[in-house]
Amino acid sequence: MNKVISKHYYSENVVSLEIEAPRIAKARRAGHFVMVRVGNTGERIPLTISTANVERGTITLVVQKVGVSSRKITELEVGDEVTDLVGPLGQATHVENFGTILACGGGVGVAPLLPIVEELKKAGNKVISVIAARSKDLIILEDQIRQHSDEVIVMTDDGSYGKKGLITEGMEEVINREKIDQAVIIGPGIMMKFAALTTKKHNIPSIASLNTIMVDGTGMCGACRVTVGGKTRFVCVDGPEFDAHEVDFDEMLMRLSGYREDEIKADEQYLCVSKNKGKA
Amino acid sequence: TSLARVKMPEAPPIERARSYVEVNSGLTPEQAINEASRCIDCANPTCISGCPVEINIPKFVKNIERGEFLEAAKVLKETNALPAVCGRVCPQEKQCEASCFYQLKLNTEPVAIGYLERFAADFEQQSGKISIPEVAPSNGIKVAVIGSGPAGLAFAGDMAKLGYDVVILEALHEIGGVLKYGIPEFRLPNSIVDVEIESLRKMGVKFETNFIVGKTATIDDLREEGFKGFFVGSGAGLPRFMNIPGENLVGVLSSNEYLTRINLMGASSQGMDTPVVRGKKVAVIGGGNTAMDSVRTALRLGAEKVSIIYRRSLEEMPARVEEVKHAQEEGVEFLTLNNPVEYIGDDKGKVKQIRVQRMELGEPDSSGRRSPVAVDGSEYIIDADTVVVSVGVSPNPILPQSLPQLKVSRWGTIEVDPDTLQSSIPDIFAGGDIVRGGATVILAMGDGRKAAASMHQYLTNQTKK
Ligand SMILES: Cc1cc2nc3c(=O)[nH]c(=O)nc-3n(C[C@H](O)[C@H](O)[C@H](O)COP(=O)(O)OP(=O)(O)OC[C@H]3O[C@@H](n4cnc5c(N)ncnc54)[C@H](O)[C@@H]3O)c2cc1C
Ligand SMILES: Cc1cc2nc3c(=O)[nH]c(=O)nc-3n(C[C@H](O)[C@H](O)[C@H](O)COP(=O)(O)OP(=O)(O)OC[C@H]3O[C@@H](n4cnc5c(N)ncnc54)[C@H](O)[C@@H]3O)c2cc1C
Ligand code: SF4
Ligand code: SF4
Ligand code: FES
Repeated sequence: MNKVISKHYYSENVVSLEIEAPRIAKARRAGHFVMVRVGNTGERIPLTISTANVERGTITLVVQKVGVSSRKITELEVGDEVTDLVGPLGQATHVENFGTILACGGGVGVAPLLPIVEELKKAGNKVISVIAARSKDLIILEDQIRQHSDEVIVMTDDGSYGKKGLITEGMEEVINREKIDQAVIIGPGIMMKFAALTTKKHNIPSIASLNTIMVDGTGMCGACRVTVGGKTRFVCVDGPEFDAHEVDFDEMLMRLSGYREDEIKADEQYLCVSKNKGKA
Repeated sequence: TSLARVKMPEAPPIERARSYVEVNSGLTPEQAINEASRCIDCANPTCISGCPVEINIPKFVKNIERGEFLEAAKVLKETNALPAVCGRVCPQEKQCEASCFYQLKLNTEPVAIGYLERFAADFEQQSGKISIPEVAPSNGIKVAVIGSGPAGLAFAGDMAKLGYDVVILEALHEIGGVLKYGIPEFRLPNSIVDVEIESLRKMGVKFETNFIVGKTATIDDLREEGFKGFFVGSGAGLPRFMNIPGENLVGVLSSNEYLTRINLMGASSQGMDTPVVRGKKVAVIGGGNTAMDSVRTALRLGAEKVSIIYRRSLEEMPARVEEVKHAQEEGVEFLTLNNPVEYIGDDKGKVKQIRVQRMELGEPDSSGRRSPVAVDGSEYIIDADTVVVSVGVSPNPILPQSLPQLKVSRWGTIEVDPDTLQSSIPDIFAGGDIVRGGATVILAMGDGRKAAASMHQYLTNQTKK
């Protein structure tokens, strides 16, 4: 049903997979995600639909290895079946001609940023993208982002590529030189927190796409809840995009760490088992 | 008739509270025959009207008495597609058994109809001689079922019998709805549900998982693909919270999340990737079946101390009487007439304490139950490292949101004609929790059957036109 059609490595830890899913390809809009489960012991994890091809009936996911489940997905080869794939989920991005857009993507957050940048550009916006990562090999999709942006600034923490510094420094540079009408922020929680503080300082309306822990992705469990503007919201059905200035990022970061010990243990066990398999 | 009501053989509380073995082990044939002989085959069997799907109770019970167990199972299946499930989870004490002659007229213990139903259904499952209901020749008309809970399954069974081409579309990766992701193994083993689903498959019902109607495809898309009728049995899957301070701390979770992690994702078994919190001191908020299932699950995950915090008294608890009794036997503490007002976290944002308030019962509210009133100045603190919030669920909004023309109530339930279960859109029928807002397995199944009958009527009239 959901066969892997092609696979591409952006780096050792970041893989893009094109997967057969004709219904999802047709129904999806920018900002949507899917829930994916690999193997009968697998967990369900959320991944953004990076692009889709309606004619080929495929969607493309860009996955960064961070633990067991993302690892299992990156280990799928062309021809393998994804055990379970369901979507498209969440609310689509609100797209209109805002004027000038500042699109900020950190790490693997550039993958979900790509379809949004594409749509905003199509809607007539001027798009300035700032993409950032710890080092050169973690910068992904730069060419694709360039295709749909008027300008791209690349930042690395260690200065191994682009400009040296944090994403917020790249953002400030743009904000100081021209008027920004709308910002879009996607990346690790901590990056979104500081990026949101930066745009708030300059009164720039901003949306952030949140990456909370999810179980079902359909509003059934409440694992993904987050406080926005003092109210509890479910990221999977109300989001994943929210007004970045209203999100309680500290609470979100705290909730993301809820299962850290189990995750580390699971990953070690999995690696240990696959190593032994390799030996046998 | 001087016989006393049979006692269900049970796994001993100390053993079962730490394992996933089914608590009730089922009657032996001798026990079943004896119990069946208590039924006096009333001329006017009041028990039948107590059953939402009107099972011919004396008929199946008398078959058991004669030792015709497979015949008994056949009688059950005439009106109930999931007897092995209902025999286990129906609140019999409020339904069939409450209307038994013994209870009504003699005020003594009713015939154990639920136990007997389970006995006959299990006997049939184990015999391998499962009778598959007769299916009419295909009429080539495609109908879609949205959601694979008991409402959808019952609807599908009846429509298949009538010769329709039935496809069940389910959002999750497993078939069964709450029967799979909600009710735990120690009360309703998944394998029991699977046998019943297999029967439907043999009747020609098709299943498609990972399909969210309203997202993966809309009703309009499905109409274009040739579906002529829709039954919505999408359930009441959304967890409610109380909106009190600290509810988003790590370690505070909904019973849906807790039970889904374990029952659907297998988080309590070795080798599964999905984790679950294993608290030492677990508090469960609420008094329904879901709360009982959560608190007893916590015990089985190795908690040292488990408590129910419920704002009314034991008498008002909506849970099945048997579940409350089992929970008490297993050592669950019941803090009734208590209500949480705040969760207190440690410096890492993890819950460590609950501020609780004592309650007393005041005047009856709209549900007829006496409503709880807070006692001023009664607040105190208890320790808890895991809190499971089990204070009710709301209708699943995904499908209604995708159909702006569909009439829904203030509470988000789909509005239907009470006689036909037809919604404001003629080719869409609905039943179960999405209409009732949280009820029981058997009521959901009754709705499924009723909707099948009226959709058949509707589609027959359509083709005549
Ligand atoms: C709406 C949404 C869209 C997403 N899109 C993408 C995407 O396009 N590409 C991609 O690579 N990742 C994406 N993510 C994140 C991805 O789901 C997580 O990386 C994945 O769930 C981690 O699972 P794991 O078992 O591999 O890691 P784990 O071992 O479970 O966790 C490792 C660490 O990752 C963090 N983490 C755990 N679960 C999640 C989670 N659900 N979301 C974010 N961080 C988590 C925690 O801090 C944890 O300590 C998205 C998340 C959401 C909510
Ligand atoms: C923990 C727990 C214990 C319970 N114990 C008992 C008990 O002992 N006795 C009893 O009688 N009742 C009990 N109940 C209540 C009973 O389970 C429900 O009343 C019953 O399951 C409702 O059936 P349903 O078919 O309406 O919906 P559900 O069983 O909720 O099934 C609905 C299904 O629809 C799917 N769905 C939702 N939206 C879509 C969509 N858009 N597209 C596709 N699929 C969709 C869902 O994923 C789900 O699988 C319990 C409930 C819970 C949660
Ligand atoms: S289905 Fe439920 S209510 Fe009906 S007879 Fe069986 S146990 Fe009783
Ligand atoms: S009312 Fe009780 S005794 Fe009478 S037929 Fe029904 S089960 Fe038997
Ligand atoms: S992931 Fe379960 S409610 Fe959002």
